[in-house]
Amino acid sequence: MLLTIRSLTKTFPGTRALDAVDFDLAAGEVHALLGENGAGKSTLIKCLTGAYHRDGGTITLDGAQIDPQSTVEAQEQGIGTVYQEVNLLPNLTVAQNLMFGREPRRWGLVDSRAMRAEARETLRPYGLDIDVDRDLGSYSVAIQQIVAIARAVALSGKVLILDEPTASLDAAEVRMVFDVVRGLRARGLGIVFVSHFLDQVFGLTDRITVLRNGRRIVTERTADLDRVKLIEHMLGRALEHEVAGQTAEPVASDRVPLLSFQNFGRRGVIEPYDLTIGRGEVVGLAGLLGSGRTETAELMFGVRTATQGEASDAKARLDLSSPRAAIAQGFGFVPEERKTDGIVAELSIRENVILGLQARRGWARPIPRSEQNRIADDYIKRLDIRTSGREKPIGELSGGNQQKAILARWLAMNPRFLILDEPTRGIDVGAHAEILRLIRELTEAGMSILVISSEIDELVAVANRVIVVRDRRHVAELAGARVTGDEIMRAIAAEEVAA
Amino acid sequence: MNTRALPLYATVVIFLLAYLLCWLQFPNILSTRVIGNLLTDNAYLGIVAVGMTLVILSGGIDLSVGSVIAFSGVFIAVILRETSLHPLVVFALLLALTTAFGAAMGFLIDRLAMPAFIVTLAGMFLARGAAYMLSIDSVPIAHPFYKTLQSAYWLMPGKGRLALIGVVMLLTVLAGMVVAHKTRFGASVYALGGGEATARLMGVRQGRTTMLVYAFSGLMAGLSGIVFSVYTGSGYSLATVGTELTAIAAVVIGGTLLTGGAGYMFGTLVGVLTMGLIQTYIVFDGTLSSWWTKIVIGVLLLVFILLQKGLLKLSRDRLGGQG
Repeated sequence: MLLTIRSLTKTFPGTRALDAVDFDLAAGEVHALLGENGAGKSTLIKCLTGAYHRDGGTITLDGAQIDPQSTVEAQEQGIGTVYQEVNLLPNLTVAQNLMFGREPRRWGLVDSRAMRAEARETLRPYGLDIDVDRDLGSYSVAIQQIVAIARAVALSGKVLILDEPTASLDAAEVRMVFDVVRGLRARGLGIVFVSHFLDQVFGLTDRITVLRNGRRIVTERTADLDRVKLIEHMLGRALEHEVAGQTAEPVASDRVPLLSFQNFGRRGVIEPYDLTIGRGEVVGLAGLLGSGRTETAELMFGVRTATQGEASDAKARLDLSSPRAAIAQGFGFVPEERKTDGIVAELSIRENVILGLQARRGWARPIPRSEQNRIADDYIKRLDIRTSGREKPIGELSGGNQQKAILARWLAMNPRFLILDEPTRGIDVGAHAEILRLIRELTEAGMSILVISSEIDELVAVANRVIVVRDRRHVAELAGARVTGDEIMRAIAAEEVAA
Repeated sequence: MNTRALPLYATVVIFLLAYLLCWLQFPNILSTRVIGNLLTDNAYLGIVAVGMTLVILSGGIDLSVGSVIAFSGVFIAVILRETSLHPLVVFALLLALTTAFGAAMGFLIDRLAMPAFIVTLAGMFLARGAAYMLSIDSVPIAHPFYKTLQSAYWLMPGKGRLALIGVVMLLTVLAGMVVAHKTRFGASVYALGGGEATARLMGVRQGRTTMLVYAFSGLMAGLSGIVFSVYTGSGYSLATVGTELTAIAAVVIGGTLLTGGAGYMFGTLVGVLTMGLIQTYIVFDGTLSSWWTKIVIGVLLLVFILLQKGLLKLSRDRLGGQG
C-alpha cells in the first residue's frame, strides 16, 4: 500500500469528527471518499494535508510514518491537494503559478526563460499546450484546475487528493479533468477523490470508502457497489420494502393552492421547475448534498434571482427579486447555516426575535419596548425556548433553542410561506421532536411550509408531499401514501419509481 | 495579452499623449532641460513611490513615508550640525533606522493581524513627532559634501542637466523592477496581494514577506529623505506633509491595482512623470494657478480607478462566459 491510515481520530469540542478511521490507498488507484455533510471527509483530508493535527492513529506513506504540520510539509512528503477553488493565484502567469517557490535562478535572479521552458515541460504530459506567459485567471476554470493538479503532482508526486475538483465545471470540462486523472493513475499515483456527484464516482474510481458520523462504514471495489447500496451506506438506512412510519396527511390535490412556481429556474444553478404549494401544506425537499435543494429554496426567497419562469399566487405575479421583496410577499426563510446566516450572536433573544418585524416597519418607527418584551416573552413561552430570560445573548443558547428563536423571528412577522433549510441540523433529540411538532401546528393554522432535510425520516414524518432533487433537477414528486423512506431513497438513487 | 498589463499601457499612452499636447502648445517642453528638471524635481517622490508600489502590490498601504522623509531631513541636518560625522556615515545610520522602523511596522501588521492602514498611521504620527522633537525650525545643511552632491550633474545633449539625485531615482526604479519582477521575494509579494490564504497554501512565508515589504518601504523613504535634503539643502519637520498620498496617487496612476496583486514598477515611474508633467505645463503656461495640478491629478486618479474596475469586470465576464 502507498498510503495506510490506521485508527485515525480527531476530536473537536463537543464532537468526535473522526473515530478510529482506517483508510488505504494503493499506487495506481483512484479511491473515492464519500459521505454526507459532517461525515468526516474534510477532517480526514485536513489531517492528511497537515491543516489539522490528529489526536490519535497513524498515517504511513511509503512505509514511513508521517506527521505533517502544514500543507507545505505534507507536500514535501509527497501528498498534494487540489481543492474546489482557491488553489492558485489568478493574478500570476501560468508559469509563475506552476513554478512558484522553486523558480530556476541565475545569479540570484529568477530566470524567466528557463522558468517558461520548465513550466511548458511540466504541462506537456497533461496535453495542455497553452501560453504559459498569460495570467492564469484568463483561462477557464477547467484549465486552472489542471494547472493546479500539475503543480500538486510536480511538488508531491505520490498522493494526489482531489477535493470536489469538478464542482464548478461543465460536462466537457469534467471529461477533460478526468482524462488527466486517468493519466496520473496510469503513472502510478495514488489518488483520493472526494465528490458528491455519484455518476463521476462510478465513472472514475476503483474503490469507494464511505464515512458517516466520523466512522468508516465500508470500503469496497466500485464495481461491487451499485447506486442504491452506496446511498444506503451514505444515509445509514437500509432500503426495505415496507412502508416506514406514518405519513402526515393524504394527497395535496384537494388543497387550495397558495403559490405556484412555473418554469422557475436559473441557468447553472437549478433547472427550471414547476411547483405548486397548497395552503397549510408541508412540502419536503429531499436529495443528496449538492443536488440543488438549497438552491431551489434560495431562488424562491430571492437570495439568488431566477433567470426564467415566474412565481404567482391566486391574485397576481410575485416579485421575488430579493429577500426583501420575498419578505414583502409574506415569505420567510430559516437558513441552513444558523450561526452565520441566522442569529446575531451578540444580541439578546428579544432583539433577535424582533429583528425581522422591526426591519419591515423601518428603523424610523421603533417598536415600543413594552411591545418588544411582550412579543419576545410570548414566543419564549409558545415555542418553549429554554432561557433564563429574554435579555440573554442568543449565542449562549443551545442550538435547538437558537433555532426556535429564529423561528420566532419569522413567526412574529406572520408569513404565509415559510422555508426551513435543515431545521434540525445540529440540535438535540428533544428539540428535534419539538420542532417537528411546531411545523405541524403551524400548518394546522394555515401556514405553508417548505422543509429541506437530509434526514429522510424527518421528511416522511412531516411532509404531505416530497420533491426529490438530483443533479440540480427536480426528478420526482411523491405524495400521499408514496411519501415513504423507501420511495424517496429510490428516487434519490435514480432508480425508476414505479407509477 | 494580459488584461493585467492594460493599465500600464494606458498609463504610457496617456503620458505620451499629454506630452504631445504640451509640445504642440509649448515646443520648448520637448527638451533635455525640461526632462532633466522633471527627473530632478520629482526624484524624492519617485524613490518613495517605488517603495509604495511594492507595499500596494502586497495588498497593503504605508502612510508613514511622508513623515519619515521629513524626519530623515531633520535627522541628517541636526546630526551634521551637532557632530563632525561624515554625511555618508549619517546616511548609513539613517537608512538603517528607517529600514528598522519599516520592519517593525511590518512585524506588527503581521503579528497583530492589524490593518496596515492603522499601524502605518501610527507610524506616521511617530515619525512626524520624532522630527519635531529633533528640531521645530528648518535646519540648514552647510556641509561641503552636500555642495558636491548638489552640483553633481551630467550634461545631456541640448544642455539639459541630469542631476545626481535624478540618476539615483532612475537607479532606484531599476532596482525596484528587479526586486518586484525578478526575485522570489517579488513573486511572494504578488502572491500575497493576489490572496493571502492561497499564497500561504502555495508556501509563501507571510510574516517574513510582510516584514520585508515594509522594511523596503522604510528604506526607500529614508533614501527619499536623503535625496530631499540634498534637493532642499535643509531639514524641516513640516516638510513633505501628505507626500504619502501623492505617492499612492502616482502608484495608482501608474497602473497598479490598489487592492494589490497587479501592477508594474515601471508604471510607477510613468505615474510620477505624468504628475510632474502637469506641474511643468502649469509653470510654462504661467497664468494657471498651481491648484490645477491637484484637480488634474484628481481627475486622472478617478479615470484610473474606473479603468481598473472596468478591466476587472471585463476579465470576470470573459471567464463567466467560458465557465
